[in-house]
Amino acid sequence: MYSKVKACILQGLDGYTIEVETDLSKGMPQFNIVGLADIAIKESKERVRTAINNSGYNFPISRITINLAPASLKKDGSQIDLAIAVSILEANKVIKKKITEDTLFLGELFLDGRINNISGALPMVISMRNQGFKKFIVPAGNKNECAVIPDIDIIPVDNLKMVVEYLNEEIEINPYMIEFDNSKEAILDMDYSDMKGQNALKRALEISAAGFHNLLMIGPPGSGKTMAAKRLPSILPELDFEESIEVTKIYSVTGLLKDNELIKFRPFRSPHHTASGVSLIGGGRIPKPGEISLAHKGVLFLDEMPEFSKNVLEVLRQPLEDKTVTISRANATLTYPADFILIGGMNPCPCGNLSNPLKECKCSERSINNYLNKMSSPLLDRIDIHIEVSPVKYKDLDSKVAEEKSETIKQRVIKAREIQKKRFEDVNINSNSQINDKDIKKYCVLDKECEEIMKLAFEKYKFSARTYNKLLKVARTIADIDNSRDIEREHILESIRYKTIDKKYW
Amino acid sequence: MKSIPSNRETIIWLSSMDFTSNSIKTIMENLNELNDIWNLSDLEIINKLPINSNLQNKILGNRKIEDLKLYIENVGNLGVKIITILDENYPKKLQNIPNRPKILYTKGKDLGMDFSIGIVGSRKCTDYGKWSCSKFSRELAEVGVTIISGMATGIDSISHRQALESNAYTVAVLGCGVDIVYPKKHLGLYNDIIENGTLVSEYPLGTPPKPHNFPMRNRIISGLSDGVVIVEAKEKSGSLITANYALEQGKDVFAIPGNINSIFSSGTNKLIKDGAIPLLNIRDIIEEYDEIKNRFTCKLLESNEGKFTNTEIKLLDMLDEPTHSDDIVYKMEIDIATINTILVELELKGVIKEVGNNIFIRN
Repeated sequence: MYSKVKACILQGLDGYTIEVETDLSKGMPQFNIVGLADIAIKESKERVRTAINNSGYNFPISRITINLAPASLKKDGSQIDLAIAVSILEANKVIKKKITEDTLFLGELFLDGRINNISGALPMVISMRNQGFKKFIVPAGNKNECAVIPDIDIIPVDNLKMVVEYLNEEIEINPYMIEFDNSKEAILDMDYSDMKGQNALKRALEISAAGFHNLLMIGPPGSGKTMAAKRLPSILPELDFEESIEVTKIYSVTGLLKDNELIKFRPFRSPHHTASGVSLIGGGRIPKPGEISLAHKGVLFLDEMPEFSKNVLEVLRQPLEDKTVTISRANATLTYPADFILIGGMNPCPCGNLSNPLKECKCSERSINNYLNKMSSPLLDRIDIHIEVSPVKYKDLDSKVAEEKSETIKQRVIKAREIQKKRFEDVNINSNSQINDKDIKKYCVLDKECEEIMKLAFEKYKFSARTYNKLLKVARTIADIDNSRDIEREHILESIRYKTIDKKYW
Repeated sequence: MKSIPSNRETIIWLSSMDFTSNSIKTIMENLNELNDIWNLSDLEIINKLPINSNLQNKILGNRKIEDLKLYIENVGNLGVKIITILDENYPKKLQNIPNRPKILYTKGKDLGMDFSIGIVGSRKCTDYGKWSCSKFSRELAEVGVTIISGMATGIDSISHRQALESNAYTVAVLGCGVDIVYPKKHLGLYNDIIENGTLVSEYPLGTPPKPHNFPMRNRIISGLSDGVVIVEAKEKSGSLITANYALEQGKDVFAIPGNINSIFSSGTNKLIKDGAIPLLNIRDIIEEYDEIKNRFTCKLLESNEGKFTNTEIKLLDMLDEPTHSDDIVYKMEIDIATINTILVELELKGVIKEVGNNIFIRN
């Protein structure tokens, strides 16, 4: 007696179809699973046996062989439980109706027959949909995350009995569907109007948000670097459908999906400076996404950046350039997306009081150099905006001037983003910060006057050739915020402002 | 018989063995001719020269003409020139200072004798110090005054840089051998000075930067200068040693006043209290010296009014005192984007300057 049903495993964010074959034959009662299964799958024997018995069905007393095909692919994850159970029940004629070829089973079993949530449901559903599957039996706990995918039937199930009855057409379960809706306001209790003064910093963050530019803040302790960075999500536009799916996929694989719903707000990740390279870029025996992938389409905030160990900072270089990260381990080589805004915060020296006239800096020259040198120039080159932050004076804290609300800034950011979206419709990028060097002439055209200003600035501030392109990209974003078709002189002048402190520190 | 080295070569020989100016002086005073030292018997050297026995042993153990020849050749190969007190080109300004150096190693251009100002200050300095140092260095360099300093981090390197950028001549007096780059990060500056200025040291080649060399080289900085500017100094600072040398040598001392609560200005403020000339404007220096008074054209007074828009003029008025960009935003009631634009433009024109931390001031 033979039966075959389909399940799925994940490698990175890509799903692969697994055929679960069951054969019941005469002989000594035995239960074997073959086909490069890892421990979680081998253990499913016990779960499946008990769950079937506890659901009121008879576990067949015969020689049971389960094959997971293709046999060459390493398989892991407990989501295959349900497929194994269904396959056995079908082979044992408990399930009498034919299961269609385009049905996929996902779910982990409890001993009492209930079906447990799985991680990675969304990426599995998306990849299997691309392979032509139409009907997905998923744990009820995962239904919200999968239900926005169009053109397929999501059948949420609570327990094994429900699955059997559904397949035997004894009960009916309606496919679960929800519309994607990102209009719900994020409940952010943080707003830029809470921050007094710091106009320059707020403006820099606005540009950073509008063009997805990386930004570095340098300033003494207590100058509001962290406060400003934490408020950045309040001016970022909402995720659109595709972005939301991309982000949710990553969180789903990592098992970090809260409430098992689609993520609709841009992630904000701020790992502590003791973070290791692996936790930042991802890794493990089977590589899992790290902080930079969890910050995909959002913000990665590294406070006290030079306190991170040097090699940890250096691993950021390649993802910052490629917007993806490829992690190779003995068991697998996986690529995760990592398109994030890097916001860095640092002090001007280890004690933080350098060039503060009221407090003495206790650092030796050597320690200051060591501190600043942690920020290597290739890394600095990848950060478009550098800005110095000074402590707010009491006068400002007390001032009655109404500060701009985040919502107002956000509207400008959204407008600038829309302009960029239109501009990059036909190409594979989506923000000004990603314009590569050979296309820069196409998107960032300077007139005579701007060229003249650039020349003057290069003489005055001794910029490197690399800086030229960075300035152009930032100027492009400023022009977009201004809703200007061309880069005008005031845009280029303002962009220069965000590079002038380089020479002071490095 | 081999001819014995000349007096000049003997000074070089003593210097190559790390003899200080003081001990060379003692030896010279006790011999009719310095090069007699090559002919004296060991006993005579021990009896005649009142120097400590270590130095005596050095002389006894190293009287090898070949070694001296090799050293001189080596010096020449490195492009280093030697000036001893016996030479005609020994700087006149150093003739009369106490404990004058008996030998100077120079690298780069020939040591110039023009009117010069020494600019010194602390290694760690505030933005105010950097700003005022570069302002005065540039203004002096623009009228062709030689800038003399010590190539250390902070104020010293800024003053050299400003001089080089204004195409003026600059002299760096080192606390190590002229073949040593210290601090290492100043390699670029070191090479630029060799190109357009002179490196000077009284220490033989290969001398490492020992801490006690630095106070000593300060007497040469003040000695070579006609006046000395102290930019920023803490209460106990090497720059104050330079100021003391300058007073001892009868040179003018200028000090840049600072906030009374800034520890970096406590030394300079105290100097002013003790009688140093407060340096508020470049004219404070110019007016002390007739030599440069006429050289000083009215270029600094050159007015730029008329070239600016009304907003820019209003902003320039505000920047008579250091002002934070936030304050500019509040007072002028213009958004930060526009203010940033104007600030960069004015800075590019060289009318204003960022002193650090978003604080701007009129140049």
